[in-house]
Amino acid sequence: MDLASILLGGLAAGMVLFVVSVGLSVTMGLMGFVNLAHGGFAMLGGYAIVLAMRHWGLPFFPALALGFVAVALLAALLERTLYARLYRASELDQVLFTIGLIFVMIAGITLAVGPETQTVQLPAWLRGQTDLGLLKYRTYSLALIAFGTLLMAALWLGFERTRIGAQIRAAVDNRRMAESLGVDVGRLFTLTFALGSGLAAVGAGLGAEILGLDPQYPLRYLAYFLIVVAVGGLGRVSGVFFAALAIGVLDFVLKIHFPKGGTMFIYALTIAFLLARPQGLFGKRA
Amino acid sequence: MTLSKSWTRRLAAAALAAFAAGAAAQTVKIGVVLPFTGVGAEFGQQVDRGMQMYMKLNPGAFAPYKVELIRRDSKNPSGAEAKTAVQELIAQNDVDILTGFIYSPDAIASAPLVTAAKKPMVIMNAGTAWITNLSPMISRVSFSMWHSGFAMGEAAAKTLKAKTAVVGYTDYPPGKDSLAAFKAGFEAAGGRVMDEIPMGGPGQVPDFTPFFQRAKDKRPDLFYVFVPAGDHAVAVVKTYGALGMREAGIKLVGPGDITQDIKLQSMGANAVGLITVHHYNADLDNAANRRLVAAWKQEYGAGATPDFMGVQGYDGMAAIAHVVRTLNGRIDAEGAMKALKGWKYDSPRGPIMIDPATRDIVMNEYLSELVQKDGRLYQKNIGVIEAVKDMCKELKAGKCAQ
Amino acid sequence: MSTPSAALEYATRHRLRGWEALPWVAALGAFFLFPNYLAFGTQVLVMILFALSLDLVLGYAGIVTLGHAAFFGAGAYTVGMLAAHAGWSEPISGLAAAALVAGLAGWLSGWVLLRTHGLTLLMLTLCTMALLEQAANMFSSFTGGFDGMPGLAFKPILGLYEFDVLFFRSQYLYALAVLFLAFIALRVLVHSSFGRSLTGIRENLLRMHAVGAPVRARQVTAYALSAALAGIAGAVFVQATGYLNLAVLGLERAAGVLIILILGGYGRLYGAFVGALAYLLLEHTLSKAYPTAWQLGIGLTLVLVALYARNGILGLAEALWRRWSAR
Repeated sequence: MDLASILLGGLAAGMVLFVVSVGLSVTMGLMGFVNLAHGGFAMLGGYAIVLAMRHWGLPFFPALALGFVAVALLAALLERTLYARLYRASELDQVLFTIGLIFVMIAGITLAVGPETQTVQLPAWLRGQTDLGLLKYRTYSLALIAFGTLLMAALWLGFERTRIGAQIRAAVDNRRMAESLGVDVGRLFTLTFALGSGLAAVGAGLGAEILGLDPQYPLRYLAYFLIVVAVGGLGRVSGVFFAALAIGVLDFVLKIHFPKGGTMFIYALTIAFLLARPQGLFGKRA
Repeated sequence: MTLSKSWTRRLAAAALAAFAAGAAAQTVKIGVVLPFTGVGAEFGQQVDRGMQMYMKLNPGAFAPYKVELIRRDSKNPSGAEAKTAVQELIAQNDVDILTGFIYSPDAIASAPLVTAAKKPMVIMNAGTAWITNLSPMISRVSFSMWHSGFAMGEAAAKTLKAKTAVVGYTDYPPGKDSLAAFKAGFEAAGGRVMDEIPMGGPGQVPDFTPFFQRAKDKRPDLFYVFVPAGDHAVAVVKTYGALGMREAGIKLVGPGDITQDIKLQSMGANAVGLITVHHYNADLDNAANRRLVAAWKQEYGAGATPDFMGVQGYDGMAAIAHVVRTLNGRIDAEGAMKALKGWKYDSPRGPIMIDPATRDIVMNEYLSELVQKDGRLYQKNIGVIEAVKDMCKELKAGKCAQ
Repeated sequence: MSTPSAALEYATRHRLRGWEALPWVAALGAFFLFPNYLAFGTQVLVMILFALSLDLVLGYAGIVTLGHAAFFGAGAYTVGMLAAHAGWSEPISGLAAAALVAGLAGWLSGWVLLRTHGLTLLMLTLCTMALLEQAANMFSSFTGGFDGMPGLAFKPILGLYEFDVLFFRSQYLYALAVLFLAFIALRVLVHSSFGRSLTGIRENLLRMHAVGAPVRARQVTAYALSAALAGIAGAVFVQATGYLNLAVLGLERAAGVLIILILGGYGRLYGAFVGALAYLLLEHTLSKAYPTAWQLGIGLTLVLVALYARNGILGLAEALWRRWSAR
């Protein structure tokens, strides 16, 4: 198989991981809060998107926007009422809370919608293949790569060029200092949490073709999201971007050449990488 | 002094009524071990619905005995939960029969318990071939991976005239079983398997693109794929289409797990041309099935459909009803097994029988091709292999020899 | 709370209190009162032992790990494979072998991994466990893989007590005995100077370095001991259940024991007892009553405990006791 196809396939998968995980990295870096329920927000968004398309006949992209807004609002609400109470609590209490929350989300969706997998009907122009001159490739994968790159650019601009972005970066690096400079950290938390969760929802809807969508989604992919965040370095969007892409491409390549080894190689490589560089790609040295 | 005739008559009537009441009040307790939560929840639901459908469409099947279904969640496929559930069903609820068991580990773990307790176990799904060898109390109404795998191998060589094949399979025992079965059937009929590609584990749906690309590069006549029923199957079909394998002249075939009816319609146009072998699909044309499909849609909605797991639940209840009637409501394990051996039934999947030698199922396997008809995907029947046994035990292959 | 009584409490913590006999009395009582629930009871006892092993690293040494099932699984597979392939099915020596293998795995991985901390350490422990799980799947002809090893039979305990397939009577008492011995050993350990140095490392790492304590060596030793204990729990699990498959190495088991320990209260040894009993009992009762909806109840319980009880059920109980006795 030629290099171009391998790269494109891996990049597409990596992009999905990126879109879903970027929110987790920023909130964990910013808030220091272990939000294991991140995948749960993704799943809820995915379901909102699917149901909106099915019952209200919304086309794909408006449904994605709806999913983003709906989950962002829900996340903001939960952050203000529940999460905020646990900021001072120990990490382990946060773990307990978020795992309980995942269970509630999984059970809630199963009872409300059912245990079946949901499928997303992609718009017609996304199905099939596109001729790139050099080769023909799956349109959907190309669209994912394009979207992920645009998102990365938008986030980078947002963080580097806007005041809020600067405030977030400051708070990630040194929260107390930022607070003493007058940054309203509480408001920042809510905003980033909502944004991150909304992005995760979009990721779930976009990636449903690759990762599927069913009530077990949050638990099934939890390890992958955490690995991407750890390898990328907490709180760094660029880190998550490259980590997700690297993992996507590597996974792809390994499966073609060593199908027997399976996921083993990814875990082994992650261990080796984290031992050599514990702070991740672009994280700060503790 | 003798009783007057009218008194004798009254006493006799009272005695008969008491006897009938005693018999009718007799309840048969059935322990149902299925995953109601977790990754298998969807399948548990299908089997459960199949069981309900049987009781709805055959209301007199258990008469005059009452049936009490005690459901326990086997949760994840680790075997340990199922084992605890079975132990409690036996020890606390004193069930007469155990049934359900979607995942093979659940059935495998429970086998020693039913042997020790002498309780009959009717398996409604778990497909590892050698499970029925684990205990004389186990009977199976569902399938073994070898039923469809071996038949597909033979059909691939004989009917589809393929000479070379590549096999892609999910890397866990049912996948390896299916690979072994297909290979045995295909090579016995003159074919050659060029490559065997393990495609990730059953836990998550991997991106199949790299594996399929590897298969495509080998240029076989046929690509046999086994993945667990469910989301894996949908991804398989999408990847097949996305890589343009049909245009490259490679047929995609597999056991009916990859065209499970509850997932079928979401597969889209890419699935057209897919050829499968299985003991059931919802488009089978016989009276019992037409009745089942209609009743199912009426009960659970137009979008719902029975599938092979649903029909296994249905037939499982039929088997249990047969046992209950034969033994007059007093279930004992030896009697139950005796009643099941050689039992024949006209199921929605066609005629089925329990093999007296192995206590496993003997049934038809249908060769089907997916076509578009009336605006939806439809399984067109292109062949039938009748009275298929589990070839693993027949040939005493590998672990089936014990 | 005044300082002198806190100091007194700390100084006398190692002494035996009367109520400490309670769990054992209750466990024996359960044996007689609930003879049909002993299979479930055995699972609870195994989980308590597993949670205790986690408490040693988490509650006392302050190392947060999501991969402790790696050692549970190591012990489980040692016993399982010895029985299935080497015909070695004597239970007590099996336990020793399991402890050895798991402890060795803990020692090796501890040396390599414990130089990191926080999220990095968490992910490393998770990946190590996942790696072991994949390896067990790859060599499934040995390990039985996903379908597992059926029909594992073990010789009677001490040559006298046969494993009771149907009612789990001997399994229950066996698990209880192992738990009792392990608990005594653990209790002595945490109240020894070694145990206190672990608390020091957890509370104030810098100061421990400053006083010249061999921090890393202590951490690795604690990790290895905890791994050995987890291995024993895994071994008892296999011997009692007679069945083994990949799930012993799974994330579900690792996350489950972590939840149980946090729920009960970590750093207190007895938190393991309370957490395991509370969680498993709740799960068991709910799933019998509502086979499809029980996860909701569990989730809500965890959320509520996290929000309102700092340091789990025992922490809540302690806070209430303090408030009541301060009146």
